[in-house]
Amino acid sequence: MSTPIQDLSIAEDVAPAPRRRGFFIGVLRERKAAVVGLAIIVFFVVLAIVAPYISPYSASAQSCGVYAPPSIHHWLGCDDGGFDMLSELMQGGRISLVVGFAATLVAMIIGGGVGIVSGYFGRWIDVSLMRVTDYLLVIPDLVFAMVIADLWGASLFHVIIVIGILEWTTTARVIRAQVMSLRERVYVKRAKAIGSGHARIIWKHIMPQIGPLLIANTVLTVAIAIYLETALAFLGLEDPTATTWGTILEHAFDRTAISSGAWWAIIPDGFAIALVIVGCFLFGQAIEDALNPRLKVAHLSMRRWKIRTLVGRGADAI
Amino acid sequence: MSETQAFVPPGSVSADAVGSQSAVAVTTVADREPQIGAPLLEVTDLVTHYPLRRGLIDTAARRPRLRVHAVDGVSFRLDRGEMMALVGESGCGKTSTVQTILGMVKPTSGAVRLNGTDIAGMADRQMRPLRRTVQMIYQDPYESLDPRFRVRQTVEEPMLVHGIGSSSADREQLAVSALEQAGLRPAELFLDRYPHELSGGQRQRVAIAAALVLGPQLLLADEPVSMLDVSVRAGVLSLLDSLRKDAEMGILMITHDLSTAAHFADKIAVMYLGRIVEQGTASEVVRNPQHPYTKALLSVVPKRDPRDRSAPQILTGETPDPILVPRGCRFNPRCPVAVDRCRTEDPALREPAPAAIGHLAACHLA
Amino acid sequence: MTSLLEVEDLHVWFELPRTGHQDRSQVHAVQGVNFELQPGERFGLVGESGCGKTTTVLALMGLLPPNASLAGQVRLDGKNILAGGEDTVRPYRWKDIAMVFQGAMNALNPVKKVGWQIAEPMAFHEVAEGKAALKRAGELLELVGIPARAARRYPHEFSGGMRQRASIAMALACEPKILLADEPTTALDVMVQAQILELLTRLSDELGLGVILVTHDLPVVAQVCERAAVMYAGEIAETGPMDSLYHRPQHPYTRLLFAATPDLYGEGDVTSIPGSPPRLDTELPGCPFRPRCDVPLEKCADVHPLLRWVGDEHLAACHRAEARADELAEAK
Repeated sequence: MSTPIQDLSIAEDVAPAPRRRGFFIGVLRERKAAVVGLAIIVFFVVLAIVAPYISPYSASAQSCGVYAPPSIHHWLGCDDGGFDMLSELMQGGRISLVVGFAATLVAMIIGGGVGIVSGYFGRWIDVSLMRVTDYLLVIPDLVFAMVIADLWGASLFHVIIVIGILEWTTTARVIRAQVMSLRERVYVKRAKAIGSGHARIIWKHIMPQIGPLLIANTVLTVAIAIYLETALAFLGLEDPTATTWGTILEHAFDRTAISSGAWWAIIPDGFAIALVIVGCFLFGQAIEDALNPRLKVAHLSMRRWKIRTLVGRGADAI
Repeated sequence: MSETQAFVPPGSVSADAVGSQSAVAVTTVADREPQIGAPLLEVTDLVTHYPLRRGLIDTAARRPRLRVHAVDGVSFRLDRGEMMALVGESGCGKTSTVQTILGMVKPTSGAVRLNGTDIAGMADRQMRPLRRTVQMIYQDPYESLDPRFRVRQTVEEPMLVHGIGSSSADREQLAVSALEQAGLRPAELFLDRYPHELSGGQRQRVAIAAALVLGPQLLLADEPVSMLDVSVRAGVLSLLDSLRKDAEMGILMITHDLSTAAHFADKIAVMYLGRIVEQGTASEVVRNPQHPYTKALLSVVPKRDPRDRSAPQILTGETPDPILVPRGCRFNPRCPVAVDRCRTEDPALREPAPAAIGHLAACHLA
Repeated sequence: MTSLLEVEDLHVWFELPRTGHQDRSQVHAVQGVNFELQPGERFGLVGESGCGKTTTVLALMGLLPPNASLAGQVRLDGKNILAGGEDTVRPYRWKDIAMVFQGAMNALNPVKKVGWQIAEPMAFHEVAEGKAALKRAGELLELVGIPARAARRYPHEFSGGMRQRASIAMALACEPKILLADEPTTALDVMVQAQILELLTRLSDELGLGVILVTHDLPVVAQVCERAAVMYAGEIAETGPMDSLYHRPQHPYTRLLFAATPDLYGEGDVTSIPGSPPRLDTELPGCPFRPRCDVPLEKCADVHPLLRWVGDEHLAACHRAEARADELAEAK
């Protein structure tokens, strides 16, 4: 009744297929938006790193007149205290980015952890964690931030913590959804059937799959964190002695930059913030789009299939 | 002996005894058999019900909690070197039965004995060493391998989980053995491939190799070839058959395809709404069916020969939901020969007179 | 007498996007397919995954994606419906030639009642509207074996088999002459499969509907269809009456495919075919089946076999069958 195993002559079939390229390289190749976004982010990060070495003046020592307009010596003019705007911008960028990244790190660790545990284990763990998440999701960001800042006092560290606490919830939900669907994949069930423990399954099978999603989420959260930092600083809830993009704006508004007509005290700063946020969004959205197969436009277009006329019949016609 | 080397899981005998494989194979099997004489797999009165969640209104109105009677009293045994096919339509409970045997689902009642040890309701921790004894092959070859793992990693994973293999080179050697036993030759060509570089049949063989690496005695196969191309199916089924014969494994295969079951399995059990309604050797069940459901199923299986067009006995409707199981014989609403007794009395699975020994059917009229 | 449908030398190419390591390449998915369909006839298009059978029927409906280009003729009642692209095929789509897609049972809109979904194409193709359309939808449901009152229900309230019947009813909405069924029973249980096949047989007998049944399941075609074509690597390897295909196969692939299919009462060994189908993005010399063939000749490596008459209404593209073909040609 049985047949012998036939020699499969498989050597020919397994043609050396092209190596799977990195996911991110693929995204960059296909979407110009991603390249632009990444370029912007990289630019500002590099700028922040080299700021102390290339800023023309000190950001904390007076070097020109109050609200001096842009000139050859001060490309972006000066602010109300006579500090060079360009240097302030570069210096401020460092702090803003650090706050943004640090807050995002906090949010990612908490959010990712909660999302994975909640999505993987399900049942009462999921229910209780999601209730906590829901409560925090509902609280209005700025109001909460203001209350905390008021209670704990204004400092950069507190700002980082506050933003982290506010932002982890969205990540948790997104990661949880993905983990819940991954949990049902056959290869995860097979890993369980082999006897793998939870830790192994999460580390080896689930984390690599949610990696890109986590990165996309991280990048988008950085954008929001920077925005929130600006907002908190602008509202006076951050350490006023720190130089961040937010405090620059806050100082400018507070000290009548607008009525003095000193646009250079506001616009370049706002522009920098907006640019970083846009860059993060471009890159983050591109990764998200690449991850979501349903967002790819695929339709049976009725209008465009081409007709070729064959010259003859047979092999020569092609 | 067949051209394939029977895979020897290490830890039983020293690795350099691989040469005399028959001697080693016997030792391996004997090593793990705690109760001589107990069948490899014995399922007794297995019942698995899933409760349905009640809505608020239903709870307030105190309506009875509904349950899905996925498995409603299943008993059979499977010995080493036997292949049994669990046949039935969707909702008959074959998948739930197999999930319970695998230990992934806790049954409501009944016993599942592996080599004499009852694993029904066993805690995960206790189950873990037993996972080397029973392994499963899944239906979808495109989903059962982690797309980020190379073949090498997929096949080595079970070894890492159970601490098999003393070094990375050792594990690679064992992986190569398992891949070759699964028909992927030369194995070295496959080790570094990703699943998306392989065909469906090759992926399924990788999944089989990953199971073989643990040296299981019982292999559960859930529709192992239904998602493969027709030209590749016989190869994989033959592989399972050779594992049954040469490695003396017991194989429990779920299939909806009666023709496959008839050709490759030793025994067939036909399930309907959570029960086995007919059971026996493949040739007996296919050529001398006793239960009306089996007869109807066999009559509608399309034959290859266009001249062979016997009148199919097409039943009306579809299999009812396992939530509301009909009273009496559960097949009676659709049965073409049902009598009054069938509506009130639930027939037991027993040996009807005209059938051979070991051929059982649950029908009052058989 | 013109046939209901004549497909002549159909070719379909797909342009693949550049993926970095390869330049723009092209897959020749359908390579010169010819067949005919008579009214009331059930014709099977058989083959494994990737052979081009689904692409062929999509081409008949003019439902190819934008990266496709095609050549050849598809004549419906004598008129070439693909000559002018979308404009020439649209008037026929659904009104003369309709399709039940693969996995159709899962393609029903979950938020619209089934009756509405069946009536929808009627309004679009100006067959009926409003109440008249809904009434007709009820009639169609009865025709396919579903009580008319089920029209008020949603797809999730239907079982798999009933959803498939509803999809068939939807395809019949505008009273087409030809029904293309792509793997209509693949995901269904064997009893439900028998019901659906019996339905298709009844519809083609009662309504004179020409049915093209696309499937990988040979026994299904053997039971339902009178004639069939076996496709391999985008081409037709063999075509003819089912009886000839099973009892006198002229192409090794047909023979091996039958041999790879287990039969319920059959005694013989079930074999598999080693290797896998060729890639369709490069033109290969010789016969595409040669690497897997068990009886290749020398010329099979270089010369591409053409489809030739090997019996009554029976064609095969194989060099081994050519001896027989030559005999027949001389006899005429």
